[in-house]
Amino acid sequence: MSAVLEVTDIKKNFGGISAVDGVSFDVREGEILGLIGPNGCGKSTLFNCILGQLTPSGGEVKLDGKVVTGLRPAELNKLGVSRTFQLLQVFPKLSVRENLILAGQEHQGSMASRLVGRSDAGLTEAANQMIGFFKLDHLAAEPAGGLSYGQQKLLDAAMAFMGGPRLVLLDEPAGGVNPSMLADLKERLVAINREKNATFVVIEHNMEFVMSLCSRVMVMAEGKVLAMGRPDEVRKNPAVIEAYLGH
Amino acid sequence: MSGFAKPLKIALGLAVIAGLIIVPMNFNRYGLFILSQWAVMSIAAMGLNLTLGYAGQVSLAQGAFVGIGAYAAAIMTTHGWPLPAAIVVAIALSFAVGWVLGYPALRVQHHYLAFVTLAFSTLAFLVFRNESWLTGGIYGISNIPRPHFFGIATSKPLPFYYVCLGSLAIVSVAVWWLIRSPWGRAFMALRENPLRAQSLGIDTRRYTLMAFAIGSALGGVAGALYAPLTQYIDPVPFNLSLSLDLLMMVIVGGAGFFLGPFLGAMIAVLLPEWLRFTEGYYLMIYAVAVMGLLIWSPTGILGILDRYMAERRTKAASALRAVAKSRLETAQ
Repeated sequence: MSAVLEVTDIKKNFGGISAVDGVSFDVREGEILGLIGPNGCGKSTLFNCILGQLTPSGGEVKLDGKVVTGLRPAELNKLGVSRTFQLLQVFPKLSVRENLILAGQEHQGSMASRLVGRSDAGLTEAANQMIGFFKLDHLAAEPAGGLSYGQQKLLDAAMAFMGGPRLVLLDEPAGGVNPSMLADLKERLVAINREKNATFVVIEHNMEFVMSLCSRVMVMAEGKVLAMGRPDEVRKNPAVIEAYLGH
Repeated sequence: MSGFAKPLKIALGLAVIAGLIIVPMNFNRYGLFILSQWAVMSIAAMGLNLTLGYAGQVSLAQGAFVGIGAYAAAIMTTHGWPLPAAIVVAIALSFAVGWVLGYPALRVQHHYLAFVTLAFSTLAFLVFRNESWLTGGIYGISNIPRPHFFGIATSKPLPFYYVCLGSLAIVSVAVWWLIRSPWGRAFMALRENPLRAQSLGIDTRRYTLMAFAIGSALGGVAGALYAPLTQYIDPVPFNLSLSLDLLMMVIVGGAGFFLGPFLGAMIAVLLPEWLRFTEGYYLMIYAVAVMGLLIWSPTGILGILDRYMAERRTKAASALRAVAKSRLETAQ
């Protein structure tokens, strides 16, 4: 399996503190890679460095073998890298369908065609399919701000898939989601992973969720990679138990 | 607003348009001047509403763009160019200058951006006043001609009012199209959550610059109509207070609402006339009314309507839920 994403020796310093301290890993085509570690270990900072939200202090990010370090988030998104944020980031005043159209519109046509063309950028059908896929049908016309937290979380994830991304970085998709909806979310993610051949990196604290969803798990502590491997290997790793999982 | 039945909305819109065409036919010169001024200021406020209301970029320079458009039109038409050509130049000029003014917005936001645009506003005023070889300095430019369209002179107040009203109609349709297009959605995303917008592939830099440029271009259009309306311009009307007035029109009408600028401009242009009988007290009454409105509804007049509609929707939705629940219970 080839690597979609190769991260080499990424560093990020904030003043004298190194939040990410020389992290290297790769993400293979079609896999779901879990990223776990205690709070403040640098997981989200690593995401932000990969996605161009932060400029890394050092190191290199390659997408499909091409160096993309320092590209802006919007440019990376156009190259097929999508993300969700730790905190909910839907547009509360827009309807569910409008949120999804917004999430996909920049992948349709050019600036000019988006000005003179159809107001939905031809995405109503695709948005409806996504709504159906995430079982939000009855809420399609509702303002996103009126949805329950769990439903907004589903919408947030669905938005990340509207541009047809190859690689999706999900930052705590399960945070604050109730157990029945969590099962739904996991099932949907697995389905997209298989059907659309999208590759995922998932930051998550819910161990059961990570261990059952991911094919490999990377553990970070204090800005460094502590362990990387299959979920059952990682779970038994003494260093991981010491730093994160506890006894 | 949403919530009204569509035919009712259309009927209401047509009635207002018919009213704007027919009622002023027996207005006097002054009434027509005020109404023309309303149309012109509505255009400028619509531009600012795009930059500020939709895209969320604070600007205290809209008055300067009205000035740029006004001087472009005054200089060109007094040199024998037709007004439409002057409008095209006014649009191009204020679009370009607005684009450049957008660059600071890529680095600073909110009140910092307000200060940058305020500085620009002052700069523009100084250019209008000091570059007398071009602008006539403090003496301004007089005898600005009104245009002929298809052989019809618009030098009388009523025909020129229709020029202003027609321009307002064209601009309204264009802005309506723009805010419903994916661009409008991107502007709104820029205002609500630029970080998330970027992660969805929205080129926030380009859209920010566009928001400034298009909004400023509409300021230029308004200016290009203002010059032949007053037929005399000097630097004073385009100082900072015009920018502040336009900002107030947008906020009072309801920033980010399509109809906000029309209402805001109506209040700013017409209310002083209606309050004229109070003589010296009019500014005080006006100020208190604006303060009262913004305390009651920080989202402006249309914000009140929007809230009311939202409440009605919520009530209707909860009623539907109650019905569904009782049906479920009886079914069991």
